[in-house]
Amino acid sequence: MPEEVLATFTVRRLSILNESGDADEGLMPPLSDAEIRRMHELMVLARTFDERALTLQREGRLGTYPPILGQEAAQVGSALALHPADWVFPSFREMGVHLTLGYPIHLLFQYWAGDGRGLRTPENLTIFPICVSVGTHIPHAVGAAMAARYRRDPVAVCCFFGDGATSKGDFHEGFNLAGVFRLPVVFICQNNQWAISVPLQRQTAAATLAQKAVAYGFEGVQVDGNDVFAVHRAAREALDKARSGGGPTFIECLTYRMADHTTADDAARYRPQEEVETWRGRDPILRLERFMTQRGLWSEEYARETKEAATKAVDEGVRTMEASPPPAPEELFDHTGATLTPRQAAQRKEP
Amino acid sequence: MAQLTMVQAINLALRQEMERDDRVVVLGEDVGRDGGVFRVTEGLLERFGAERLIDTPLAESAIVGAAIGMAAYGLRPVAEIQFMGFIYAAVDQLFAHAARLRSRSRGRYTCPLVVRTPYGGGIKAPELHEESTEAFFCHMPGIKVVVPSGPYSAKGLLTAAIRDPDPVLFLEPTRLYRMMREEVPEDDYTLPLGQARVVREGTAVTVIAWGGMLERVLKAVVPYDADVIDLLTLNPFDGATVLASVRKTGRAVIVHEAAKTGGFGAEIAATIAEEGILHLRGPVLRVAAPDVTMPLPKMEEHYLPGVEQITRTIDEVLRY
Repeated sequence: MPEEVLATFTVRRLSILNESGDADEGLMPPLSDAEIRRMHELMVLARTFDERALTLQREGRLGTYPPILGQEAAQVGSALALHPADWVFPSFREMGVHLTLGYPIHLLFQYWAGDGRGLRTPENLTIFPICVSVGTHIPHAVGAAMAARYRRDPVAVCCFFGDGATSKGDFHEGFNLAGVFRLPVVFICQNNQWAISVPLQRQTAAATLAQKAVAYGFEGVQVDGNDVFAVHRAAREALDKARSGGGPTFIECLTYRMADHTTADDAARYRPQEEVETWRGRDPILRLERFMTQRGLWSEEYARETKEAATKAVDEGVRTMEASPPPAPEELFDHTGATLTPRQAAQRKEP
Repeated sequence: MAQLTMVQAINLALRQEMERDDRVVVLGEDVGRDGGVFRVTEGLLERFGAERLIDTPLAESAIVGAAIGMAAYGLRPVAEIQFMGFIYAAVDQLFAHAARLRSRSRGRYTCPLVVRTPYGGGIKAPELHEESTEAFFCHMPGIKVVVPSGPYSAKGLLTAAIRDPDPVLFLEPTRLYRMMREEVPEDDYTLPLGQARVVREGTAVTVIAWGGMLERVLKAVVPYDADVIDLLTLNPFDGATVLASVRKTGRAVIVHEAAKTGGFGAEIAATIAEEGILHLRGPVLRVAAPDVTMPLPKMEEHYLPGVEQITRTIDEVLRY
């Protein structure tokens, strides 16, 4: 008997906006001028937040912090496709998602300043606490999607993680479960190509991360992660598909971690500066601004106002964060359980 | 009232809770069509359908991880790990997430999750099918660890565990699954978590045990004037009941089938030392497995504490 080919696969890559700011009009998602400006404003807000976080960390006013520089399009573009009732499971480098969804700035600063109260999601949002152990929140998103379907809720679940997470067992187990049950979940990988010092080529031998979805029986697509329109279009389609019973999608946003892994890291030890410079030319905000200039949506005055508004919001966040009184010692026992154990109750009273 | 085995009692508890509360769903390997490898979930798929009796892929971390997501979403998942020896793959989910979701989210999200798993030795099963590493789980704040010792306690405790607002690890002593029958009420009842049971009253010595060891302890203490405490919940454990008994008897023997070093007996002994030492007439002694990993079936009776070993230790403490 001759050998047969049982399966072949292709991987799509979506890009709409190039580095010069030219967009493929046929692929452009339906966005009004106001919506495009909103995208830009949020990306500027994300960058302003990030810059301020680094400054605050250097001044000793924030703890270890993982910068998002360069990933603004991948985060803002995808988060803008979410509906208010959708559930979001972030990793630790998605502050652009938080800001887009309206997570209070002072709470983000509070968390990164080492105060756990910043991790309490306000009641009007369904964002899970930031996940620090890499990729372990993927099964949570899948479970929430199972629950949403059981409840017949017309919502999608969206899970964010980085390229390092794709090496984890929970990535495999979660993806597999999502595929088997065709769950309403969208996985968005921020492939910034570096997991601390390990480059993508040492994370996987696969040509793309997107193709990993094929093995789980659902679609994976790579998008230019520095192209906010491509990210937004892919996310919107995948979320609509999930909400209408079409099952999961994996979106690989190919982007780049422009800064160190965290403020405790020095990327100069392990990666060439030329690589960083190459990616600097692909800056997602610069690209959008070129597009907006062509469209007549950009002016010096608009740019100044946008930056001022972002700075004002971030200033206000810092002020509110620093005006919050420190947690009282007895709060150590709050939220450990619905009730304290007898021993916890006794420990709480100890001096 | 029906005479039930522990398997039947657990099945009844699951059935009744699923009937009472549509948030309760069961997920795990082979729990649906097969009714579980021990038949604990037999008949539940037919009664409740595949949306609530979920046969998952073979993936322990995803079973517990997905259950965490379901619990946070508002369901009351009961996840089954087929044997305790396979729970290690899900420890990350239990420790890094289930135990601290309420705390990390400062109360915004909670994790009302039960993880059931058969545990313990004496069933002549293959490797990793007879583990009793309960002490690991007792060290992680935020997870309750519950161990029934018979059909009646299994139903009452599992019902309470499912209704508990926080994660519970529910360890089912495999050796007892079909060893005994007890009167188990059809009616709704719960046994409070964190409360031990005094099984037998005596004045000369306190013997503390849980799970599969209780049955051996009750055989061993027949000739003695012994207070026997069935702990039922290991975390949080009922220190008040233990200390009240030790104050009365002045002697304590703790029996567990897990390895001695770092076993949960150490926590009980330390508590007695801290809060009850002035009432002691002799040392607190532990009857435990030796510090080796659980052997294969040919050696398991050399590993597990037996009646004779318990008797010898009671004699030893009574010499003081």
